[in-house]
Amino acid sequence: MALSAHATTGERIWYYVFRVLVAVVFIYLVFPILTIIPLSFNSGEFLHYPLQGFSLRWYQDVIASGQWAVAVKNSLIVGVSSMILATVLGTTAAVGINRVNFPGKELLVALLISPMMIPLVISALALYLFFAKIGLNDTYLGIILAHTILGIPFVLITVSATLQGFDYSLMNAGASLGAAPLPVFFRIVMPLIMPGIVSGAMFAFATSLDEVVVVLFIAGPAHRTLPLQMFSGIREHLSPTILAVATMLIFFAGLLMLTLEFLRKRNEKLNAPANIAAH
Amino acid sequence: MAQQNTADTSLRDKLRRAERRKKIEAVSLIAPLLLIMLIFYFIPIGIMLYRSVDNSQMREILPQTAAALSQWSGQGLPDEAAYGAIVADMKTAYPARTLAAAGRRLNFDKVGFYSLLLKSGRKLKKLGGPPYKEKLIELDKKWGDPHYWTVMKRGLRNITLMYLMRAVDLRYDDANHIVGVPKEQAIYISIIQRTVYISLSVTLLCLLIGYPLAYFMATSSPSVRNLLMIGLLLVFWTSLLVRTLSWILVLQDKGVVNSFLLYLGIISQPLSLVFNRVGVYVAMTHVLLPFMVLPLYSVMAGIPSYYVRAARSLGATPITAFFKVYTPMTLPGIGAGCLMVFIQALGYYITPALVGGPRDQMVSYFVAFFVNERVNWSMASALGVVLLLMTGSFYLIFGKRVNITNMKLG
Repeated sequence: MALSAHATTGERIWYYVFRVLVAVVFIYLVFPILTIIPLSFNSGEFLHYPLQGFSLRWYQDVIASGQWAVAVKNSLIVGVSSMILATVLGTTAAVGINRVNFPGKELLVALLISPMMIPLVISALALYLFFAKIGLNDTYLGIILAHTILGIPFVLITVSATLQGFDYSLMNAGASLGAAPLPVFFRIVMPLIMPGIVSGAMFAFATSLDEVVVVLFIAGPAHRTLPLQMFSGIREHLSPTILAVATMLIFFAGLLMLTLEFLRKRNEKLNAPANIAAH
Repeated sequence: MAQQNTADTSLRDKLRRAERRKKIEAVSLIAPLLLIMLIFYFIPIGIMLYRSVDNSQMREILPQTAAALSQWSGQGLPDEAAYGAIVADMKTAYPARTLAAAGRRLNFDKVGFYSLLLKSGRKLKKLGGPPYKEKLIELDKKWGDPHYWTVMKRGLRNITLMYLMRAVDLRYDDANHIVGVPKEQAIYISIIQRTVYISLSVTLLCLLIGYPLAYFMATSSPSVRNLLMIGLLLVFWTSLLVRTLSWILVLQDKGVVNSFLLYLGIISQPLSLVFNRVGVYVAMTHVLLPFMVLPLYSVMAGIPSYYVRAARSLGATPITAFFKVYTPMTLPGIGAGCLMVFIQALGYYITPALVGGPRDQMVSYFVAFFVNERVNWSMASALGVVLLLMTGSFYLIFGKRVNITNMKLG
């Protein structure tokens, strides 16, 4: 997109205008999030600039306050459990689905990833009504199962993507050499589709860590997760403590993003035939 | 020859057996997930769908009346059995305080039912023994009006369309025809319109600012592209709540935007930018922008630059080359991005709830409202069905053309 030497004046003007335009869009995208970080280190109680001084008091507040600690603990319990469940169920199903062709396969896949497309409020209401019948509202198990359902589509999609470059004859080779199905899966299939599994798991965990609507419906006061605590905090009493939590979540997002980018690049390399030939 | 044949069949058998084994293996791999999804997702969705037409609550409040009226032809006034049944039902429902709920529910179809039931419930003791028909009509002449009885009969069926109809501002009139509710009671159609309007606007805004960004990313040098991609993905991965919170801070009266404009002297009073429609548009567009840019970018990155160069060398102006040659090639990306953004926007709840005012709330908000504040699960389910139909129909119409399953996630 470099400017050509023969560009007309109009083209020159447009070249710079377009650059400014993109810069404005990019600022719109990134800037609001970045404004949170300095404010969370503000020593004063105001939620706006200018800063009054540097302080870690709001971070100490997060650690000292029982409410936030409980919320973090709940989120970790729910996030890790639902991530494991969604990853195990999603990975095995993805391997199965990609193994065979059958009529109605597309429909099945569409149904399995539907929790991603259906508005959260509908899933929340449906689970709330169902859990009310079987007594799972206000329990860890209920939230974990709900978040498992919401995480499954991501695992299915990421694992299916890695399976597209997967050679199923490797499974037959393993079987013909005498390995039982489980060792074939764990020692041949899994190492090869690991990038997909890990990114699916991270999607599932991130979904759980950011999910408010379902939790709002089905969680009781004892099972408040971090997002629910934040949601009611923003709604009722916006304090700088929330900014400290938000900053930590931003850094977590950065970590997540870098890991996933690394995995994606690795998977691309693994799946590119030209690269394999070159090595 | 014979030997050859047996060898053939045994080979065929083996193959078939291997195929079958493969199938069994696949089914046993899929089954656990399918089972969990069935129990903890599809059955709950089914329960919600049923709840929107389920009328068992009314039949539990007035069981004898329901039984008596199911025998009634619906012509004229019912006989003594029905009057006896309603008195018996009111005797239990009035002290249990469920009569008021039934009254409110019937009042929607026929104004005056609420007061009729409560008044009758209060004066039950004065009635004495049967027969009740004359006595009830004497107590309130509405009991002698066949319209009330037809409404009651309809209101006590197993299945009711009342909630679904109410969710789109419809009701039955006295002649049992479906009509629109009076203007002052009509709220849901305008909420549905608002939901579609906000979602469409957000989709257009996303396209308008996402397209140049994606185009720039696809055509710039790898280092610039990586920087932009990292920014975009950081936003994508940052918690929805954090992003919404950041907009509250930026757009508030003393926020960065207002301070900056005041400093420049462009305004003398802070603009109200948040807790209103402006805030909803700004924050929702921000939250959904990655879903527009990522599919656009993945399409644009696959378009070789020589098409546009060829068009230019054949005499097209830059504008013609862009709109006639480049843009049509990006249509799959535009379609995928718009569908992703629009369908998600339709169901948005958290962002409008936090940065919008009361007049900026969408259908999702009212689903939550009926569950958490009104404890009216039927009405919540009916609105849920409406929302499901809205998203489902858009997905069915456009989803085929835009393969969502192939959407690249980050």
